Amino acid sequence: MDNVFFPILTAMVFTPLLGAAILVFVDRENPTLQRWVTLLAMAAVFVFALIVYGGFDPTRTGMQYEEWAPWVPALGISYHLGVDGISLLLVALTAFLGPICVLACWRDIQEHVKEFLVCLLLLQTGMLGVFLALDLVLFYLFWEVMLIPMALLILVWGHPARRVYAAVKFFLYTMAGSVFMLVGILVLYFYQAKTTGTYSFDLMDFMALRLPFRLQLWLFAAFGIAFAIKVPMFPFHTWLPDAHTEAPTVGSVVLAAVLLKMGTYGFLRFNLSLFPEASIFFAPLMVVLALAGIVYGAFMCLVQKDLKRLIAYSSVSHLGFVMLGLFTFTLQGLQGSLIQMINHGLSTGALFLLVGMIYERRHTRMIADFGGLSTPVPRLAVFFMIATLASIGLPGLNGFVGEFLILLGTFKVKPLWAAVGATGVILAAWYMLWMVQRVFFGQVQSDENRLMADLVPREVALLVPVVACMVWIGVAPTPFLKKSEPAVGRVLARVQRVQHTAHLNSTWNPECLVSWYLADRK
Amino acid sequence: MDSAWLIPAFPFAGFVLNGLWGRRLSRKQVGMVACGAMALAFATALGLFWLLLRHSPDQRVWEPVYYTWMAVGDFSVNASFLLDPLTMVMVLVVTGVGFLIHIYSTGYMHDDPGYARYFAYLNLFACAMLILVLAGNLLVLFVGWEGVGLCSYLLIGFWYEKQSASDAGKKAFIVNRIGDFGFLLAIFLTFWTFGTLDFREIFHAALLRFQPGDGVVTAITLLLFVGAVGKSAQLPLYVWLPDAMEGPTPVSALIHAATMVTAGVYMVARCSVLYALAPLSMGVVAAVGCATAVFAATIGLVQNDIKRVLAYSTVSQLGYMFLGCGVGAYVAGIFHLMTHAFFKALLFLGAGSVIHALGGEQDIRRMGGLRRQLPVTFWTFLAASLAISGIVPFAGFFSKDEILFETLVTGHGVLYVLALGGAALTAFYMFRLVFRTFLGESHVDPESAHHVHEAPLSMAVPLMVLAVLSLVGGWVQVPMLENGKRLGRFLAPVFEDAEGLLTEGTAHGSHASLWTEGVFMALSVVVALAGIGLAYRWYVADPTRPERVAARFSRAYRWLLNKYYVDELYQAVVVELLKRLAETVHEWVDRAAIDAVVDGAGAFFRHAGTHLRRIQTGLVQHYALSILAGACLLILAALAV
Amino acid sequence: MVPLHGYLVVSALLFVIGVTGVLVRRNAIVILMCIELMLNAANLSFVAFSRELQNLSGQIFVFFVMVVAAAEVTVGLAIIVTLYRNWKTIHVDEIRMLKG
Repeated sequence: MDNVFFPILTAMVFTPLLGAAILVFVDRENPTLQRWVTLLAMAAVFVFALIVYGGFDPTRTGMQYEEWAPWVPALGISYHLGVDGISLLLVALTAFLGPICVLACWRDIQEHVKEFLVCLLLLQTGMLGVFLALDLVLFYLFWEVMLIPMALLILVWGHPARRVYAAVKFFLYTMAGSVFMLVGILVLYFYQAKTTGTYSFDLMDFMALRLPFRLQLWLFAAFGIAFAIKVPMFPFHTWLPDAHTEAPTVGSVVLAAVLLKMGTYGFLRFNLSLFPEASIFFAPLMVVLALAGIVYGAFMCLVQKDLKRLIAYSSVSHLGFVMLGLFTFTLQGLQGSLIQMINHGLSTGALFLLVGMIYERRHTRMIADFGGLSTPVPRLAVFFMIATLASIGLPGLNGFVGEFLILLGTFKVKPLWAAVGATGVILAAWYMLWMVQRVFFGQVQSDENRLMADLVPREVALLVPVVACMVWIGVAPTPFLKKSEPAVGRVLARVQRVQHTAHLNSTWNPECLVSWYLADRK
Repeated sequence: MDSAWLIPAFPFAGFVLNGLWGRRLSRKQVGMVACGAMALAFATALGLFWLLLRHSPDQRVWEPVYYTWMAVGDFSVNASFLLDPLTMVMVLVVTGVGFLIHIYSTGYMHDDPGYARYFAYLNLFACAMLILVLAGNLLVLFVGWEGVGLCSYLLIGFWYEKQSASDAGKKAFIVNRIGDFGFLLAIFLTFWTFGTLDFREIFHAALLRFQPGDGVVTAITLLLFVGAVGKSAQLPLYVWLPDAMEGPTPVSALIHAATMVTAGVYMVARCSVLYALAPLSMGVVAAVGCATAVFAATIGLVQNDIKRVLAYSTVSQLGYMFLGCGVGAYVAGIFHLMTHAFFKALLFLGAGSVIHALGGEQDIRRMGGLRRQLPVTFWTFLAASLAISGIVPFAGFFSKDEILFETLVTGHGVLYVLALGGAALTAFYMFRLVFRTFLGESHVDPESAHHVHEAPLSMAVPLMVLAVLSLVGGWVQVPMLENGKRLGRFLAPVFEDAEGLLTEGTAHGSHASLWTEGVFMALSVVVALAGIGLAYRWYVADPTRPERVAARFSRAYRWLLNKYYVDELYQAVVVELLKRLAETVHEWVDRAAIDAVVDGAGAFFRHAGTHLRRIQTGLVQHYALSILAGACLLILAALAV
Repeated sequence: MVPLHGYLVVSALLFVIGVTGVLVRRNAIVILMCIELMLNAANLSFVAFSRELQNLSGQIFVFFVMVVAAAEVTVGLAIIVTLYRNWKTIHVDEIRMLKG
């Protein structure tokens, strides 16, 4: 168990749950104690994540810190956790944002504090579980578990006007996708049982399968829809602006920083690894949708009047970059995507935190209500500026590393794609800087704005680590990239192996489809 | 030399100090920190220069590598610098002129509430600019490239409460981003062509693998030039530079005249080997440069804002530098870059001194007769104007004349004539500025007239130093003299590969005789003098004439005054169109199409529910009956099978 | 000796009477009694077949059914009593809160 004497991944996943259980017995009248308990649980998770991160051996390609126990042996369901280069960074990000989220809602949430914190902890368990589970039933369980606290966050602590609409939309969209994934998992299970005689939901067993092309297409679609909704890819994105806008600050932060990554993680972990031929086949479609998302999201940002909506649409654009990188099937593209997931988590997470801070003070998110905020709240303006610059990919900050690697990889495959993607960089500068200008520059118009209070030390304390990470990844991304390279390389090798054997170049070729399809029928 | 990192590190330390604790320091301390950082950087640069000179010319290349910045698979980029004579010239200009402008700023910005913020930005800019010129590979260069763009954005919008200032900053950043788009694609193409981004390795591989005229190299160089067009404000992306004058005047001097905007020229010169392999790109560079030089000069003729005239003049002079690089006269281009840094910084600082004296007035129609009240400013401004107009023996003469002469001898007759015409226009609009500002009657607002005062020492000294440099700065590259071209010899190792390629096969290297060179030199001076003379006749001898001419050619005058309506065109065609498009798409695709489907799915089930609920009557016996009916049906079905 | 089909006819008649009663009567107690009728119809069939086939398991099954019926009556009557307490009626057509 890799230098650790106890099942550290299990400890990491279930510490928040334990925290939630303890919270139940904490005095309802003492919200401060409740917050401290939550913070402690989140901090413990972070410490575990640091231990895992530190002990992770980047030279090995397989899973590390693996834990396995039979769960429902009759059906081949097992409790199987493990971490590799792909999940390592995402787990670290999730654990890193946990304490920050607790600090961020310290003052913000005043009603039903206990329930809010319980939701937050359950969410943390769900998200960590999704990234760590290696058994598909377990994965599905965590995937669905995290849905409920998130929907509750929106439904109970959201902004009264449209929270029901947003929560239901979020829930239904995601459920609609998950159903397809469930069917996909079952098909895989029974296919394996039929061909090999083993009944198992273990990812490692599925990886060993050689699936016929026809089946791969269907399964790719089934898993793909679930993940594409989560990412969200154009045109499945409309739940995101609503969910972000109505969710409380912390909800938006978690949603943007971690939840969306579950979609892209799913593509990388399942679709690319399990269905390589289908991935190659669908690559042109996915790339077109990704590019559409980049440009479309950016365009939508230009017309938004609400800060949160604007940032939500910018997420659509940024996640488009991630998807673009994944389906280039180059090491640079995939690595760029992975680091871009982290970057987006940091920069967009920070932006939502800052918008939350503004909202806490002014109780509005409408861009038109602001102007000239640099004068009353200079510290907030500085942090906002840094997060904005990270988000638009300024070299030296994190966003650049991801976007650069993705576009570099894309350019190798098709220069035109890279060119279209790069227009997203121009548009990003336009909509983000325009937004900053309208909020922070100009004359202060109203007394409410003039009297706004600047950041308190608690808020500075929670922003500084985020900004520090942005600079760190921007200046020295290599240590991060090195951790994930072998695992990403292995996924890529799976895809490239069939790319070479099948002589299938990544153009959408109907003849090819027909011939493959017919070959499988025999 | 490994200590090269110190050069950008000093300004960066200044930025951190002033940025984090600036508001707690006194103005004096802030100024000390900022200027001290620049002084240290300058001193380090001088030290390295001295070390560089001690080596023999072919040994004057250092490539310190600090650490691996990014590495993925076969892609790897180091944080590395490249120190060679070209870098050295740039570093000295940036730190030297930068230091003077920092000193000047302590006086100019003295009463500004954002004093510490200003110096923090200024130091950050210096840091980014130094990274740009020191970069050992394209990606590090890009870091500096974007970094200076950011600082430019921050400093143009320094007075962020002013709508026009924050607009101008944003415009600068976005227009630059359009250029960077090309730059990024160039980086990608370079990497996938050469497998590295390291300058020396690229050039080495390019010389081995490619013949002149190769398509890939042409594509790379053209894309790089798109980046240069954005950063160095050439046609058609020059529109941000005149607006950038919204920033404090020392910023205009440092960023938008002396250093940042020349980054494009530096980059083209740095990649001279690649350009030499792509004759088409060279032609494009030369043509765009020349066109911009003339185009901007014509707009400069009629502008009334003192800083805007200088801004268009900068655009125009940058055009000359590109013209030089485009015809293969890289030394001339860099030489002009250097002298331009001296005299244009001086012009801006002088303009700043005037604006400072007049309490913020920038319109030359409300100036005049300031010679007596502002003697230091006047004489230094005059020196710079003579330099930019190309009068012997001022710095601009040597550099501009070399560009013109090289244009001619490389067989670009049309470009030569255009550029010569541009030189006349330059002399005319510069002296229009001088005459209207310092000579003639005073049109100064009487209210502020008696406040007019000469600049404080902190501002006057940099003016005088720069004036001296504007005079003697050109003497490092004197034509026709034996051993006159010291700069050329110093830079020769950098450009020898490119020049070798260019002279190969063509008659490029055939040098014209001394006699011809003398004649054309005299021609340049005559043309410049003619421009000055015309300005004198119009604005001193007969001040009513300009109005009469303007009335006579009113249509042309309006076009020039409104800058050929390019800004309006961009606004209407690009900005408004895109915004309109975004609104339409938002309305129709997001709302009317996608959300309609989603909400429609929800509505369908809700609707279906409202109808189906009637089946649930609540009467137990109804349910029992349906159970019975169901059972009967099942039995019947079983029997039927 | 009554032939098998005689028992079965009686059993079927009983069952139909029970079903009809459940479907048409309003009084919950009567409905409960009709359910008992249906159960007993099944019991009769069990016993008849048991004798015909000379197999005891049919008769044993009847005991199970009777036990279940007794339990069911207990629960059913308890529900009816509670219903009456709350609604002051035991007519099922008046108790229809669970409608869509």
